[in-house]
This record gives sequence, structure tokens and C-alpha cells, in this order.
Amino acid sequence: MKALSKGIIITLLASVVTWTMASDDVEAILQNSFVAKNQATMDRLERDAVQAACSAPRGMPLNNDMLTTLRQERLKAVVLPANSQYLGDWQRGSDVAGNGRGLQSSDDPSKPNGGNCYACHKLAPDEVAYGTLGPSLTGYGARGQSEAMLKYTWTKLWDTHVYNLCSHMPRFGAQGILTEQQLKDVMAYLLDPASPVNKAVE
Amino acid sequence: MKRHHLCVAQFAVWLCSAQLVADEGVFDQYRDLMGDENPAVFIVDEGEELWFMPGGPESTTLEACDLGLGPGITAGAYVRFPRYFADTDAVMDLESRLVYCMTTIQGRDLKTLTAKPYSQRGDFGTEIEALVTWLAAESEGATIAPEQTHAAERAMFNLGEEIFFYRAGPHDFSCATCHEQSGMRIRLQALPDLTSQSGASEAWGSWPAYRISQGLVRTMGWRLRDCFRQQRWPELQMGSEVSVALQTYMAVNAAGGTMAAPGLKR
Repeated sequence: MKALSKGIIITLLASVVTWTMASDDVEAILQNSFVAKNQATMDRLERDAVQAACSAPRGMPLNNDMLTTLRQERLKAVVLPANSQYLGDWQRGSDVAGNGRGLQSSDDPSKPNGGNCYACHKLAPDEVAYGTLGPSLTGYGARGQSEAMLKYTWTKLWDTHVYNLCSHMPRFGAQGILTEQQLKDVMAYLLDPASPVNKAVE
Repeated sequence: MKRHHLCVAQFAVWLCSAQLVADEGVFDQYRDLMGDENPAVFIVDEGEELWFMPGGPESTTLEACDLGLGPGITAGAYVRFPRYFADTDAVMDLESRLVYCMTTIQGRDLKTLTAKPYSQRGDFGTEIEALVTWLAAESEGATIAPEQTHAAERAMFNLGEEIFFYRAGPHDFSCATCHEQSGMRIRLQALPDLTSQSGASEAWGSWPAYRISQGLVRTMGWRLRDCFRQQRWPELQMGSEVSVALQTYMAVNAAGGTMAAPGLKR
């Protein structure tokens, strides 16, 4: 019995070691295959906990306990705006939603990053050049501006993994892609009744 | 072939003068000039010429280059890549195999060849781009059938799959972010599902392609590099293990499809 459990432990350890080694190999291979260019530096190839957990090929079983813990950690790290001031200017938010630049090696780092919402989402109904990787957000403002709704939407933009671990969406707040003011402007673009997102096309 | 050369010469003169008044309209005029023909035909001819032209310090042609089917055999070679070569003990993509041949057979300098493998907007295409385009044309209509008999080739596929799903960078993007679902698009650009046979063969079989918006032929190596630029990652190096692994993943998923390159794209 003792020998059996010892055997199991050794097997388990061995599988963990093999997995870790494979991972280390990939990291070394990545380091040898890329070269830093402008603001796209080599440290970008190192993964954090979310990225590592969400890199499993499709259909691979994930560890539910680990995912729950990770989601809780992500929730704790969300930074809400001071005094519940969630909403900025929807017109500036419109620019952020349409801007696909920012953080690429080819981008000017002195210019503001875009949110590129239209790459994946339908928003204002009269903008036809929208992507379909994410759900349509047209008419999002119909959900209202309750504290709960504001907090939910902010959190979703700040770190999508709080609600939907391994979602494809970038973490606009947590990863510093957008500034707090830009996030507020995007919030207004989504929720302000005057925003084109919430206006029916005539 | 003669006719094309004359066209290339005339076009070069005309383009140079047109560039003095540099504007985007130059490509519109070019498209009007071309009609329905794919401008890649010029690059195909250029690639063929480069293969048979003595070059480098050795002043030899590339006819002794073994692309996997034996020295000098070019027809049907493209569709078997990436593949293992015993002489380098490595799985190679076509681009790095060509570089190997140019250095070993023609005695050319590796650093010079790899310093700028892909042209930039406004440039004429590079030698590698022209050779790859011609070699793709030499496989036009052939069935995509990359080698997977050697253990190193199968390991390369597995590595490619792992990297395909590897999320990193400030936006958490992997290849899979855009390319693991069918029928999706970014803005108006349709995205191939590279995990499916139909999506992978459509993509793998249509590169290299003439990009109308850039006025250049682009290879799959360039396509991957530009994907990673958009993923906010550092710059992917030509012939690197990641590049070869992802091409292996894509080519194996595409197996059974038909080579339709050189393609014509936006």
C-alpha cells in the first residue's frame, strides 16, 4: 500500500515535471524566435496567471478550483473610479471605440491607445464596419445606469476575466491599455442615452 | 516571359516617375493597367529567373538546391513544406531552405540575406519573396501534403499547436483569438478558422499573395510576422522555430486542400 502510494506520488511528480519542462521549452523557443522592436519588448512574451491558464488548446479540461480562485483574485484587483463617477464623454468614447492603434511596434507611443471596440463588436447601428468576434452592443444603454449596472460594465471593461474567465477580450484597465478617463468615455459611449449606440437609425 | 520582362521594365520606369508625385493613386492606375490579371505573374517570372541565374561569390545557380524532392526539382516541392532535412537536421520552411541553399551553394552572406527578408511599402520585392512566389506557382493546383513522417516534423506540429493557443502581450492575444472560430470577422475582414481543414487550406493555399493595398507580393512568413505585430508581440524572425512551427500547424491542418497561390488579396 505504502509502495503503491509512493508510486502514485512519483508518477504525479513526474507528470508535473514533464509539463513544466515542456512549458520552459516553449518559453525558450519564443525568446529565440522573436526580437524586440520599438515598444514591443521581449518581456511581453512572458505570461501572467490569466494568460497561462487561458492558453490551453480548445477542448482541454480546465481545473475548476484554480479558475474560481483566479476569478476571485481578478475581482479583488479591479480599481473602481473615485466617487462612483463612471461616466465621461460619449463623443470622446466614440473615438476610443473606433481607434485600432496603440501598443503595436508600428504605433507612436506618444499618441493615446485605442480601445478598438469596433474590431469585434457592433455598436452604433449606422457604423457598418464592425467585427463579429464579440456580441453586438447596439442599444446597450437600455440596461440603464443603476450602480450595479455601472459597476458591472466598468469591471467588464477593466478585466473581462472576472465574469468570463478566458474570454478573448483584452483587459483594458488591468493591463493599462486605456486610461481611467478613456474608460469613463467608453462607458458613456455605451450607456449615455444620447450616444449613437443607443439611437435607432432613421 | 519576354513580354512580362518588357512590362516590368516599363512599369519600373513609370513607377519611379509616378513616385515623384507620390500618392496612393499610383496603385489605382496600376490596377487599371493590369485588368483582371494578378500582378504576381511578374514576380513569378522574376523568381524563376533568380533560380537559374548564377549568383553569389560562387557564381552558381540554385539548380543544385534540394527542396526535398531532389536537387533542382521545383514542381510540387512547395506543398510538402515544412519538412525535415537530414543535411541540416532540422524542420525547415521554404523561406529558410532557400536561405540555406543561397548560403551553401552560392556562398552568399547569411546576415545580408536575412537582414531584410520582406520588403516594405514602396520597395521592390526581395529575392526571397520572388523565389517563394515562383515556387508556389510551381505547385499551383497540387494537393497540400506536408511531410509528417519524421518525429521532428510531428514534434513541430505539436509545438505549433501549443504556440497557436499561447496568450501573451498587453492585449492577451493568441493566434486563436482571431482564428479558432468559423464565419467571424474583424471589422469587415473575414477571418479563416485555422483549426479547421477548410479554413486552413483556404489560408495556406492562397499565400504567397499579391496585396493590392501594398503593391507587393507577401509570403506566409510575412503574414505571420504581421499577425504578431497586431498581437502586440515583438517581431517574429524569418525561419525561426516559432515561424516554422506555426506554418507546420497550418499546413498539416490544410492537408488535402489545393494550392491556389499566388493569390490576390486586398
